[in-house]
Amino acid sequence: MSYIIDRRLNAKKKSTVNRQRFLRRYKKHIKRAVEEAVNTRSIRDIDKGGEVSIPNKDISEPVFHHGNGGIRERVFPGNKDFVVGDEIKRPEGGGGGGSGEGQASNQGEGEDEFTFQINQEEFLDFMFENLELPNMIKKQLKDATSFEVRRAGFTSVGSPDKLNVVRSLRAANARRIALSGKERRKIRELKKEIKTLEGLLPNHDAVIQIAALNEEIKALNKRIKRMPFIDEFDLKYNNLVRTPVPSSKAVMFCVMDVSGSMTQSIKDIAKRFFILLYLFLTRSYKKIEVVFVRHHTHAKEVDEEEFFYSRETGGTIVSSALNLSADIIRDRYPPGDWNVYVAQASDGDNWDGDSHHCREMLEQRILPLVQYFAYVEITTGPHQNLWLEYEQIREKFGETFAMQTIIEPSDIYPVFRKLFEKKE
Amino acid sequence: MKKREPISTGSEWTFELIQKYDEEIARVAEHYGLDTYPNQIEVITSEQMMDAYSSVGMPLNYNHWSFGKQFVSTEQQYKRGQMGLAYEIVINSDPCISYLMEENTMTMQALVIAHACYGHNSFFKGNYLFRTWTDASAIIDYLLFAKNYIAKCEERHGVDAVEQVLDSCHALMNYGVNRYLRPQPITPEEEKNRLEEREEYIQRHLNQLWNTIPKKEEIKESKSIQFPKDPEENLLYFIEKNAPLLESWQRELVRIVRKIAQYYYPQRQTQVMNEGWACFWHYTLLNHLHDEGLVTDGFIMEFLHSHTSVVFQPPFDVPYFNGINPYALGYGMMQDIRRICEHPTEEDHKWFPDIAGSDWNETLHHAMRNYKDESFILQYLSPRMIRELKLFTITDNSTLSTMQISAIHNDEGYQKVREDLAASYNIGNREPNIQVYNVNVRGDRSLTLRHYMHNLQPLGEDTNEVLKHVHRLWGFEVHLESVSPKGEVIDDLHCPPKPAVEEVA
Repeated sequence: MSYIIDRRLNAKKKSTVNRQRFLRRYKKHIKRAVEEAVNTRSIRDIDKGGEVSIPNKDISEPVFHHGNGGIRERVFPGNKDFVVGDEIKRPEGGGGGGSGEGQASNQGEGEDEFTFQINQEEFLDFMFENLELPNMIKKQLKDATSFEVRRAGFTSVGSPDKLNVVRSLRAANARRIALSGKERRKIRELKKEIKTLEGLLPNHDAVIQIAALNEEIKALNKRIKRMPFIDEFDLKYNNLVRTPVPSSKAVMFCVMDVSGSMTQSIKDIAKRFFILLYLFLTRSYKKIEVVFVRHHTHAKEVDEEEFFYSRETGGTIVSSALNLSADIIRDRYPPGDWNVYVAQASDGDNWDGDSHHCREMLEQRILPLVQYFAYVEITTGPHQNLWLEYEQIREKFGETFAMQTIIEPSDIYPVFRKLFEKKE
Repeated sequence: MKKREPISTGSEWTFELIQKYDEEIARVAEHYGLDTYPNQIEVITSEQMMDAYSSVGMPLNYNHWSFGKQFVSTEQQYKRGQMGLAYEIVINSDPCISYLMEENTMTMQALVIAHACYGHNSFFKGNYLFRTWTDASAIIDYLLFAKNYIAKCEERHGVDAVEQVLDSCHALMNYGVNRYLRPQPITPEEEKNRLEEREEYIQRHLNQLWNTIPKKEEIKESKSIQFPKDPEENLLYFIEKNAPLLESWQRELVRIVRKIAQYYYPQRQTQVMNEGWACFWHYTLLNHLHDEGLVTDGFIMEFLHSHTSVVFQPPFDVPYFNGINPYALGYGMMQDIRRICEHPTEEDHKWFPDIAGSDWNETLHHAMRNYKDESFILQYLSPRMIRELKLFTITDNSTLSTMQISAIHNDEGYQKVREDLAASYNIGNREPNIQVYNVNVRGDRSLTLRHYMHNLQPLGEDTNEVLKHVHRLWGFEVHLESVSPKGEVIDDLHCPPKPAVEEVA
């Protein structure tokens, strides 16, 4: 007799722990692969999971085995025209390892790498490992959209469906014990008396007294019995309260210069940077709004498409964008409710007289309101006056202000890591 | 036999149908005298199958990164379509657990039931190696004990510390077996009870061994003591009992790996026979059902399609050749034995005088019970099988510039081909023979291993890495000497490596 069991509904993913152990052990390799992927992938699938390759020799589990050399007798099937005494050449590449079969891989594609997939979540975990959002103050959570029903002890009023039977009966029991205290003490005393009287038996008086005392005990017991078994006062109800679920909100400002000096490739770099920041924010905040502000001599709030792809030329006045951002923050994102992050990308060009302006604007209007302001300059040339002005800000506002230079696409990820490094 | 309706006609399976097929197959299996453990048939998904794969086929196992690696690579290959999953996994336990994949058709499920639940199952129960080395009723409980114990160690000593010990043990897993000594079966309860006792005992025993306060008589006796007296083949056992620095929980880990290695030892030695036996029986049982009219022609066609692809032996010169297919060899030999019994030729009478013409079922059962791959081939590989597979031997002597064909499928060659093929299944030849030779008990406590060379074959490149693992477990210097059959030390390795200057001197 066989037992047939349907196990399909049993726990899957039994190997999850082992898989994680494996990932943990080869963290270094995976990180390198992730970094490469971030730098080379197209923007659309930058956050997809990825393929990780680890050299086989780093991952092998060594065992004692025979090396090449010595004498071997190996048996093969499918002889066609060999006869005893035939001499054949040794196959190229040493031929035949310990097992004598050679590592004949399919269609000659040698597998020197151990390759496997990691999923999106793991990919992002590795991507943002050891990074943190600076100054993540929990803002006031006014716009709580959802509530959660939580237990909060017990109350003595409530609807019958929330009646807690155990608690109620326990309360009733306690009440009965408490209220019958006097009677029960009396009974105990009477019983003691009876005991002493029993010692005097068969004295006639004692018999009568015992009878009287028993009578009294009976009366007291009756009184105890008369106490209500359960009283309204005893009823206890489960207390459930609705608590607002904190949903932290963040807004991210993407500020970019679109003046003539910004080529498409510089814009692409900026875009990658913004996307990284966005992905990073999504890990910390449930709700994120993104505001795109582009500027040449004038600043304008635009949608994503226009932000990255429309072409415009003109001079460059950075302060116009900062001004507009500050206005938007003031009007729509009161810093009491919102975590504000600003990322600015530019090639460093600015109209000479404006940079000074920018500094003032940042110091007075923006930096007091935001969690973090990150400035990346995408340029191969020397820094210009905007950078110099910003450097002064960095000295004053090291906590909330950071700046870095990106020269080529492969810098994006390292620069991003530098900007959001965990600070002790 | 009365003409009967087939059990099913479609390809969809249901639990009722599986039940019915199982009953019929059980009936026929009994008719042929297959003696099995009770069966526990579990239907699982392909995902669960991959899980089962990566914990070396066990329903539960302790956690280790190498199983994760196995899982990751299986998953990757499966998803890319480079490999199909096995139709079944069967576990040598009592009751015998077999997994059926839900994706299989009814025919495949019936094939798997015949193959695993009656073929492999009866092999596990009957073969002498399994009977000696494994305790089917205790393995699951022992694994549970091991899993919990290791989890507890991880809590107490950290995942990394446990992982290091396990890594080192895994490297020596193939050397955790007593090849010749008979093990004592032990139940998990006993195991648990003995645990504390053992920890204490070992520590005491060790203290005696490593006692650094010299006793006067011993000094007089001789300067160098040989310890162990005879070389010890079970490296893990030796380390568990004698490594000076291991803590008691680390010893227990060594022991767990050793026990599990021992459990797998018979499987490594009976692959050809085990698969051959199971294939022979699924073929015989299902054809018997077909003869009785219980399965349709379509069923038997689908079955034969899978069956023939499983037992196909590609010749050596095709790109996908991957050694001798144990299914093909095993199945071929089993069928061949039946043929020798039923329709012996003159050649068979000459080569197999004692089985030619005997009762085939009796003879097969006898072979199944009393042989392992090496001896099975040596005993039963017939000239006809050699001709059918066109087997030939290549002698590869590294001192010569070419390889020689030393035997082919002809009268002069049969004996040699048979011996060579048998030898290639001898674990003693396949794996380097490495034993504990000596411990410098009164000196630097260094451990000397000896590699007794087979056909002058040197050790592979991994050796230094493995020595590091031995060193980690032993805690003091480790030497490995390769010894020729004449007893000369030809090569030596050291961990930690000796400084180059010394080697020159």
